[in-house]
Amino acid sequence: MSTASANVIPERNYLNDPKGLKSWLLTKDHKRIGLMYLFAIMFFFLLGGIFALLIRWELLTPAVDIMEHDTYNKMFTLHGAVMIFLFIIPSIPAALGNFVLPLMLGAKDVAFPRLNLASWYVYCLGALFMIYALVTNPADTGWTFYTPYSTQTNTAVISTTLGVFILGFSSIFTGLNFIVTIHKLRAPGMTWFRMPLFAWGTYATAILQVLATPVIGITFVLLIMERLLGIGIFDPALGGDPVLYQHFFWFYSHPAVYIMILPGMAIISETVSVFSHKKIFGYKLIAFSSLGIAFVSFLVWGHHMFTSGQSELAAIMFSFLTFLVGIPSGIKVFNWLATMYRGSISLEAPMLYTLSFLILFTIGGITGIFLGALAIDIHVHDTYFVVAHFHYVMMGGTVMAFLAGIHYWWPKIWGRMYNEFWAKIACALIFIGFNMTFFTQFIMGTQGMPRRYFTYLEQYQPMHGFSSIGAFVIGAGFVIMAVYLIAAIFKGRPAGNNPWGSLSFEWLTSSPPPHGNFDEEPVLEHGPYDYDTIEVVATK
Amino acid sequence: MHDVADGHPSFLQHHFFEPEQQAEAAKLGTWLFLLTEILLFGGLFCAYAVYRAWYPDMFYEAHLQLNVVLGATNTVVLITSSVTMALAIRAVQMNKSKQAIWLLVATLAFACTFLVIKYFEYSHKFHLGQLPGKYYSFTGLEGNNPHVFFSVYFLMTGLHGFHVLGGMGLITWMIVKVSKGKLSGEYYTPIEMTGLYWHLVDMIWIFLFPLLYLIG
Amino acid sequence: MDNGQTFWMPAGHSTVAGDVDALFYFIFYASLVLMALVTAAIVWFIIKYRRRGKAGLTDSRAHNTALEITWTVIPTILVFIIFAWGFKAYLRLNVVPANAMEINVTGQRWFWSFQYPEGISAVNELVVPEDKPVKLLLSSKDVIHSFYVPNFRIKMDVLPNRYTVAWFEATDTGSYNLFCTEYCGTKHSEMIGKVKVVTQGEYQKWLEAAQGPSEGQSLADYGRQLYQSRACVTCHSIDGKPGTAPSFLHIFGEQATFEDGTSLVVDENYIRESILEPRARIVKGYQPVMPTFQGMLNDVQLNALVAFIKSLAEHPPTESGDQGDANRESTTESEN
Repeated sequence: MSTASANVIPERNYLNDPKGLKSWLLTKDHKRIGLMYLFAIMFFFLLGGIFALLIRWELLTPAVDIMEHDTYNKMFTLHGAVMIFLFIIPSIPAALGNFVLPLMLGAKDVAFPRLNLASWYVYCLGALFMIYALVTNPADTGWTFYTPYSTQTNTAVISTTLGVFILGFSSIFTGLNFIVTIHKLRAPGMTWFRMPLFAWGTYATAILQVLATPVIGITFVLLIMERLLGIGIFDPALGGDPVLYQHFFWFYSHPAVYIMILPGMAIISETVSVFSHKKIFGYKLIAFSSLGIAFVSFLVWGHHMFTSGQSELAAIMFSFLTFLVGIPSGIKVFNWLATMYRGSISLEAPMLYTLSFLILFTIGGITGIFLGALAIDIHVHDTYFVVAHFHYVMMGGTVMAFLAGIHYWWPKIWGRMYNEFWAKIACALIFIGFNMTFFTQFIMGTQGMPRRYFTYLEQYQPMHGFSSIGAFVIGAGFVIMAVYLIAAIFKGRPAGNNPWGSLSFEWLTSSPPPHGNFDEEPVLEHGPYDYDTIEVVATK
Repeated sequence: MHDVADGHPSFLQHHFFEPEQQAEAAKLGTWLFLLTEILLFGGLFCAYAVYRAWYPDMFYEAHLQLNVVLGATNTVVLITSSVTMALAIRAVQMNKSKQAIWLLVATLAFACTFLVIKYFEYSHKFHLGQLPGKYYSFTGLEGNNPHVFFSVYFLMTGLHGFHVLGGMGLITWMIVKVSKGKLSGEYYTPIEMTGLYWHLVDMIWIFLFPLLYLIG
Repeated sequence: MDNGQTFWMPAGHSTVAGDVDALFYFIFYASLVLMALVTAAIVWFIIKYRRRGKAGLTDSRAHNTALEITWTVIPTILVFIIFAWGFKAYLRLNVVPANAMEINVTGQRWFWSFQYPEGISAVNELVVPEDKPVKLLLSSKDVIHSFYVPNFRIKMDVLPNRYTVAWFEATDTGSYNLFCTEYCGTKHSEMIGKVKVVTQGEYQKWLEAAQGPSEGQSLADYGRQLYQSRACVTCHSIDGKPGTAPSFLHIFGEQATFEDGTSLVVDENYIRESILEPRARIVKGYQPVMPTFQGMLNDVQLNALVAFIKSLAEHPPTESGDQGDANRESTTESEN
């Protein structure tokens, strides 16, 4: 094994071979497409983050601090729509997954490289529609676009939802590609149960992307038609039913929650094993629980509608099924913990994000139990409790896992290491700031503070103030992260093929990998988690 | 990335090991795509079911406005086109390019016939003011919100019509491919996938026809 | 604001609050235990198994059936208990007692109005007797709203095309917040009303008084009271600041210009028309967002509002002033 000083960046790698802007824009290489996705989603993460800070700034006091009612309403809509449709949904699958999945499977590319590139362009087209809406007259409906409000407001609902409709295709393309890739392009010897769990997680996600996204597509087509032609499907004034819209919307958007969290769990299953240097505990249970979650997630959409006037029987069924979906998530947490037991734990940045995930996601999951219990949901539905819950799951869960993944694979993507010290500082700031911001919101929500409020009663001021300060602490963490990650691209020291001493396939090839992924056809000689039998040394 | 040198046939993309793997991948991909199509229409079928349950009498009254003869003709036209499509695939597999081209042109012609008939149906409805939603101005129907029926009718048949158009594009592309000699008994995946898509378009119509035209 | 407020749940003032809170705290403490276990495990593992030097080979056990069954079965039992408990409390929240009094609630951007069986209507303040079940029949005039009283633990969406139902039985007198929790546009966050719980005796008195001005109260003062209670205050200021709608200060007797270019002098008839048919004329620079109050105000109340706006004029007409002018149509046509 080479020592740290011997690490060099390979002269020819996917980043510089072939050269030229055209070779990037027309690339069919999954690594380049993944990277292009990464840049795009990071741009929108920045944008969504700025919206979030503006929202928290405005909420510092109940008075008009920096914006008026209508601006605020547009702002939280933008924050939600940008973060969900342009950032989180494509974040792990389309950016990291695109880069990592074929490498992990020992494949040269995804099954349909042209479709993969098309997916990126379709994403950009959808994003353009949303940006168009953003600069003209942003929608003020909330990211849920509930009718009849969304059919009545004079803001740019059509171009926003058309944007989401188009983004749906990019999501379907990615999902379809991944399913076929996993089925048909695994390297020799890579059986289903020797696949890294990341592949299992992305597989479950891809199934959801393919099955759920068309429904949001047709829902938004109906919404757009309602606005254009007044078709009377959702508009009560024309004989339609606004609650039907909610059913349609959540039939997609609940599985979409799992489109967001399953890939996060998939990353954690990797990092927790690599940085504990130990065989993953309960491999099959983790793999099957992903599929189980994916399946049950189609049957729980009604738990978003306990107060919508749906029948009591429906509410009871949905509540019951909701608890069912909670159990596999809990099992995963225990498995990850058990993986750490008797391991050889190294607390490098990816592991710190992984531990943050474990704690924050557990809180997010537990608070989901509160929300699944019918009588409590009636009280906390549409309050800050729900806001806090989904931020714990989406940000404390998915984003933390995404960051764990970014820090884990950054050396593979660029071939260079980032500054570990600053990575730890940033992680601490984000973890502390996150809890300041959102834990407060659990308390506020339980006390009855409704969500989507521009102003609020004086009694909630101290908690809103504290929450806002926390948001800026998170912001500071991300600024630091941006600086050291970008610095690493240019000045980081070479990482070597396998800086963390990991056993999965992507670490066998050079960092950054060559154009065709592997110089020689890889053959699987060991499982991705065989830390009990294979001696592996980190090249860092 | 066509490495002809190391025994890769020209149609085999670089990241596949062998033609079979590529064909299987394409097939799986196509079936998944067809699944998304079914779910896309599924939303509309769902809306149809909800509103038919809400307004059963109105749906019955309104459906009498549709022309069953034209609808049935279109059903026959589409089924026939599915047959010619299947025969075209067989012709390609047996390396009979000329026959395949004629069969594809016939499929295209049936698709056109379908759309022309649909055009006459639509323009008659436009003329009567049987338009979707707030543009509805027909006065010959009693009952609750008859415009909802026509909204559903136009959405479902309209979306289906777009799929027919898309299918015609694909068939045209296949005609070009076959005439350039790109498809043969050795490699016929694209036309096979086009066929699958075309059968789906046909299938959806087979559901639309009784649901819209033959409400009992 | 209320005593009885805990760190988590706000004070409970309805018959169902106790049930809901008991379940809440059960889950809360169970979660606390679970969180403590998870956190302790993490801390213990990272201290005990911290990598020192080379990683080497590690334990090969990756599976333990007994353990896995344990941590699947225990949470499953726990969530079923929670489900059943939540279900039971939910039924209580949903089954309306037979002896409940019925009040219609209408949500409308951005205020609440209440119609009592006695023919009284009120805006933004729901007055109810204590210890008496109240059934609310909710409906909306525009978009979806949601009726939420934290202290009662009830919430129900208010839909534009159907009635939804909620009920409560208040256990303590006091004034409690009523929030709209389904986003409904610009002033969603100000669509806040009050539920005022009074004793049965006070409620009877309130019912009688709700029909007209109280004794010795001037018409303008009654109007000022209506201006508050009927939520005119939400959009119309009385300090001259324009909001969603023109301020009432100094408008009476002044020229008003409309979106269609016409203008007129604000008089009694114009005010009456603006209340009953607000979309007939839209003052220049404003949106046609005001809902009609037709059927929600009786003649005495209309007169009172007119008198109130009159009292805010720059030169309030004297009591004996030229009332006759009120009927004169003083429209002047401008260029177009």
